[in-house]
Amino acid sequence: MSIVTVQLGQCGNQIGHEVFNAICSDVRGTHGLCSKKENESYHDACKERFFCEEGAEVPVARAVLVDMEPKVISQTLSMAARSGYWKYGDGSHFCQKQGSGNNWANGYSVHGPRHKEAIMNLVQKEVEKCDRLGGFFTIMSMAGGTGSGLGAFVTQCLRDAFPTSFLLNHVIWPYGTGEVIVQNYNSVLTLSHLYQSSDALLVHENDVIHKICAQLMHIKQISFRDVNQVLAHQLGSVFQPAYRAAGGSHYSRNPLGDLMEKLVPHPEFKMLGLRNIPQMPENSLAYSTFSWPGLIKHLRQMLIANAKMEEGIDWQVRPPPRGSSIPSSHSTNKPLHFNTSIANLVVLRGKDVHSADLGSFQDPSLYTSWLNPQDAFNVWKTPRAFNKYEKSASLVSNSQFLLKPLDNVVGKAWNMFASKAYIHQYTKFGIEEEDFLDSFTALEQVLSSYTSL
Amino acid sequence: PVSLPSAVGQCGNQVGCRFWDLALREHAAVNKKGIYDEALSSFFRNVDTRSGGDGPDIYKGKIRSLKARALLIDMEEGVVNEILQGPLRDVFDSTQLITDVSGSGNNWAVGHKLYGSQYGENIVEKLRKTAEHCDCLQSFFIIHSMGGGTGSGLGTFVLNLLEDEFPEVYRFVTAVYPSGEDDVITSPYNSVLAMKELNEHADCVLPIENESLFDIVNKIHQMVNSGKLGSTVKQNSLVTSSAGSAKTVQEKPFDAMNNIVANLLLNLTSSARFEGSLNMDLNEISMNLVPFPRLHYLVSSLTPLYTLADVNVPSRRLDQMFSDAFSRDHQLIRADPKHSLYLACALLVRGNVQVSDLRRNIERLKPSLHFVSWNQEGWKTGLCSIPPVGHSHSLLALANNTCVKPTFVELRDRFMKLYKKKAHLHHYLHVDGMEQSCFSEAIASLSDLIEEYNELDATKGGPRTDPSRLKIAV
Repeated sequence: MSIVTVQLGQCGNQIGHEVFNAICSDVRGTHGLCSKKENESYHDACKERFFCEEGAEVPVARAVLVDMEPKVISQTLSMAARSGYWKYGDGSHFCQKQGSGNNWANGYSVHGPRHKEAIMNLVQKEVEKCDRLGGFFTIMSMAGGTGSGLGAFVTQCLRDAFPTSFLLNHVIWPYGTGEVIVQNYNSVLTLSHLYQSSDALLVHENDVIHKICAQLMHIKQISFRDVNQVLAHQLGSVFQPAYRAAGGSHYSRNPLGDLMEKLVPHPEFKMLGLRNIPQMPENSLAYSTFSWPGLIKHLRQMLIANAKMEEGIDWQVRPPPRGSSIPSSHSTNKPLHFNTSIANLVVLRGKDVHSADLGSFQDPSLYTSWLNPQDAFNVWKTPRAFNKYEKSASLVSNSQFLLKPLDNVVGKAWNMFASKAYIHQYTKFGIEEEDFLDSFTALEQVLSSYTSL
Repeated sequence: PVSLPSAVGQCGNQVGCRFWDLALREHAAVNKKGIYDEALSSFFRNVDTRSGGDGPDIYKGKIRSLKARALLIDMEEGVVNEILQGPLRDVFDSTQLITDVSGSGNNWAVGHKLYGSQYGENIVEKLRKTAEHCDCLQSFFIIHSMGGGTGSGLGTFVLNLLEDEFPEVYRFVTAVYPSGEDDVITSPYNSVLAMKELNEHADCVLPIENESLFDIVNKIHQMVNSGKLGSTVKQNSLVTSSAGSAKTVQEKPFDAMNNIVANLLLNLTSSARFEGSLNMDLNEISMNLVPFPRLHYLVSSLTPLYTLADVNVPSRRLDQMFSDAFSRDHQLIRADPKHSLYLACALLVRGNVQVSDLRRNIERLKPSLHFVSWNQEGWKTGLCSIPPVGHSHSLLALANNTCVKPTFVELRDRFMKLYKKKAHLHHYLHVDGMEQSCFSEAIASLSDLIEEYNELDATKGGPRTDPSRLKIAV
């Protein structure tokens, strides 16, 4: 089954490009640490999932590129083509000249309806090229105007046009300080709208990835390109072909479906966080050895203590003893030391993967009581190594990971809303104060739900 | 996206002339292959003039003949004629000019009411024609002085026209404010009358003061001649320089100052023209820096003012650039943002600067700046890969800060000094369409604006109580 990727706005297009790059480079590599047959099988599965080979010289990404200004798409298309290993389809992009001015209302209420037909036509074209559609993967930032506003609109259109298809939104959270001044407004509007149409929101925070670049990758002058490459690696570690069941003989054909089914049992809980270890500079890889027990132990503690990366994990945090009642915290001001999960998915790739023991992740004290621990936790083990890492472990978690960040964003937006600053810029394009209030209400509801886990 | 500058009046056109010259220089430095590209199309049309006069637009391929997307308006002929006889003559044609001979006599009423009604239709027609050639018109730039008659009066008339005819296109105004020692006696009247128009019809105003420009010119002069630097300065990197442009000899004393303003506009539009990892378009500037419609006056500062010929640039130099942007020496108006309240701040960086450099410097500078309580992280940033000519990187800071208030208060005081004595009023009231109420409304508008800044200033340093959040029934 194939995934159609929709790249929205500058961020979405810049990241999308790095994702296809990472996937392609992984597949091309000889570092799979597995048999040739296994490699070929992986290669084929990946191709079917992400690329189309309609007689072109190089594989063509199954992607639709959308932006309201031309520069980024133009760059993205040419960089892909220059790689020589893959490219985007010739007619697969849609852009305008104006931009959205960081204005969610402009993206959602003006550009959305105006360009709906053209954009959905491109999507339809891409869908028709798939033998079987496995779902949509949209990439957007929530800070700006196009990815966020137009992205929310397009997501709605995708839901309307393909009601039974899986729809996963990859949402980038901006740096806490200073990318866009109205980023919190745009974020609140985006998240509340996506929550209605999307199946799940897979979140990456710029601040977190930036720290990984600084402290783990040791990059001195970190560029957005660096950030996007780490991000792409993390996504690839989850979405590259994987075996769903132990001893599986063929790669799972339905990655989005599998993911949703395992991780999103309830529509009120759609926020997914992603962690991937290990992360280090490429030239250190050769000198490092990893053990599955070590990686799994770290990943589990990262989950429990809500650590964003492998360094600085708080080992003091422990799950509550079995049988005790966990005092539910009504106020989000109280620090939640222990991160309660609804469901978790661990994806392991590499050498001796079948020896990895994940019993510690099945501990019921990690989870709410809604699902059986066997259902709340799933693991995909794939022997074929990913992207030069001899062993790689990823965690996709539906838990309280994003509770604090979401609370921060809503809090800042509310603070600004109380002063009515910038509201005239939104009402100019048809988003009124009531629309803001609806969005705030929706997100306070989400916060409340996650808090009371 | 296309930006359409309109220069009105003597000052406006002198600045405009420098702008077009430096724009050509910038694009020539970047565009080595002579292909007409998106970046060029922001400011220039590509025309085949072999067929004589104004040929059809050519959207792709080699550059044939570049024509500026511009309107040059002046009620005297001197400046415009000079432009048309100078090295830029091929960049403009007669369809872009609107001139008269007698000037406005430093009288806003003459510029706004008399010439406004006389030339209004003509201006609209030429605007429409110019706009038709634009694939996607995003913004208008009006460049004019505040203290005279044409720039101030007719310039703000044009501003009104733009709002009526093209309501969806952003209106940026670069306005040169008179100094206290201005030799035009009526400049306070002209400025305050123009301010009302700017308050009500501009999306964003970049106030400029001649004194600041003058100070910058002097500072550079001292640096260059002091021999202290130890190395030579790259001539074409001077923010005041015309080196490398079509105009090779600096004839006029104002050229250096006008080059600064021209560089401001080039930096302001750089991210809209050239690629980068975090683009900042003009509509984003308006969106992020204007929290309330009338509070749209932005303090600008430019760095660096020059670059040394040394190739090795330690990263300390990069951080120094950020510090300089917050130093009063680099501002284009005299004001004290550090001791006033920031409503919002934008940093537009060009060249080899990455997001980590931006973040490091914001963290470093933040503690010494006061931001309004509802916008504590009020930073808007842009990263454009292409640096200005002669530099490896540069920074334009735009601040929406209550520090502009003293400038407006001073203006009001100077106005009142004249108005109380009814000095020179008759020159204005003689003009058809001009009444006493124009004056009283204008001063009221200015007072209201000052009051808005006062209210914000009152919140500075006060206790910070966050509004309580919505409660949800569980």
